[in-house]
Amino acid sequence: MSDPQDSPPLADTPPAPGEAPREPGAVKVSLRTATVLLLFTIVFTALMAYTHDATKPILDASAQAQKLKLIGEVLPPGLYDNDLLADTVMLPATPALGLEEPSPAYRARKGGEPVALVFEAGANDGYSGRIGLVLAVLADGRLRAVRVSQHKETPGLGDYIDPKKDKNKAQPWIDQFNGYGYDLALGGHWKVKKDGGRFDARAGATISARAVTNASGKALVWVAERRTALFDLPAGATLQEKAP
Amino acid sequence: MNAYREITHNGLWKQNAVLGQMLGLCSLLAISNTAVNAISLGLATILVMGMASLIVSTLRGLIPYEIRIPVFILIIAALVTVVDMTMNAWLHELYLVLGIFIPLIVVNCIVLARVEAFAAKNPPGAAAFDGVMMGIGFVWVIGLLGAIREFVGQGTLFSGIDMVIPGLSAIQVLPEDYPGFLIAILPPGAFFVLGLMIAGRNWLDARANERARQRLLLAGQSSRA
Repeated sequence: MSDPQDSPPLADTPPAPGEAPREPGAVKVSLRTATVLLLFTIVFTALMAYTHDATKPILDASAQAQKLKLIGEVLPPGLYDNDLLADTVMLPATPALGLEEPSPAYRARKGGEPVALVFEAGANDGYSGRIGLVLAVLADGRLRAVRVSQHKETPGLGDYIDPKKDKNKAQPWIDQFNGYGYDLALGGHWKVKKDGGRFDARAGATISARAVTNASGKALVWVAERRTALFDLPAGATLQEKAP
Repeated sequence: MNAYREITHNGLWKQNAVLGQMLGLCSLLAISNTAVNAISLGLATILVMGMASLIVSTLRGLIPYEIRIPVFILIIAALVTVVDMTMNAWLHELYLVLGIFIPLIVVNCIVLARVEAFAAKNPPGAAAFDGVMMGIGFVWVIGLLGAIREFVGQGTLFSGIDMVIPGLSAIQVLPEDYPGFLIAILPPGAFFVLGLMIAGRNWLDARANERARQRLLLAGQSSRA
């Protein structure tokens, strides 16, 4: 990487050996160097802060649109007739759901009758970082569908958990869970085949699949067992967990 | 050879960031599993390299020698962050594909190496041109590597193109029932293919040198005769 360039060097190239040490003294040089570094830091931090402020409203809006799109993927709008985003209850921070802070569950109803619950869950045992999930659980305790809302799994390897990256477009990997009830998870079969369960995982990338499978099974059981309480709560309330 | 032609030749071949200098292998090996991933990251790298070289070259009189590396890193990291946020806001679809790769550009030593070796010593125009040429040198290598790995590993080319340009679809090169060759997609496959590409470059260079030597010999003989 040494270019044979003999152009003017940077400011303050150190004196060549043999040359007299340059004035001013060490303290002064250090102070000046620190000041310059500080100024650069301030200028470029300001640049980043400005960009952050300028893009934040757009980012928030697209995050909201993204969420609505995800909800639409797990629960088609034709299946319910209420205002889904207004009819919510808060789920408390729950380790079984992989939730570190309270998160809303959206309640879908048709003609006043409960149809499904749409909520977020997460898995922290993926290959790389947290995997965010959105699930729709039907009123009879079956899983309508699950989608990955965010992940950092290896591109081209573990990222087939997201159907957009899945090579098999006709039957994406993540659709194999659709329609199974929470009794399957209670019976201990909500696992990848490698762990003695029912679900497929692709060779070479079991960790991502196992994380999604286990997390969606646990989340399904947790919500399905509380679904009556969840549907009965007034909108906007928080589900209270009694201490065991 | 004029200066800009030399910069172009350096960037694309002679001092090619990957094949010549073996720099930036971290992101190269991580991202080159498909052609689309590889080329997309390469394009973002060109953008950052051109901008970083331009800014460093413009400010080079203000940067004290002793702290040049921290300042370079500061500038590169700030640029990458700005590109990251800007793409997230205005090119959201593309960002969803590339999002996790963009921060990797900071740790790509090609950017720092060119800023240190070239931009800090040359005027802004030449520096920006050098950054872009080095970036293009990176793109063609990483793109070819990605295409080879994808072809061998999955039997397709440009899978995922629909996420960058909606409406296009991947080219199925090998038959639909091609079972795939997993190791090409896995990190070792990147090393194998890269090794072969470097060997190929060395072979081409050696052959060119040999021809040049023979031409010289012939010229010497004919002048003596």
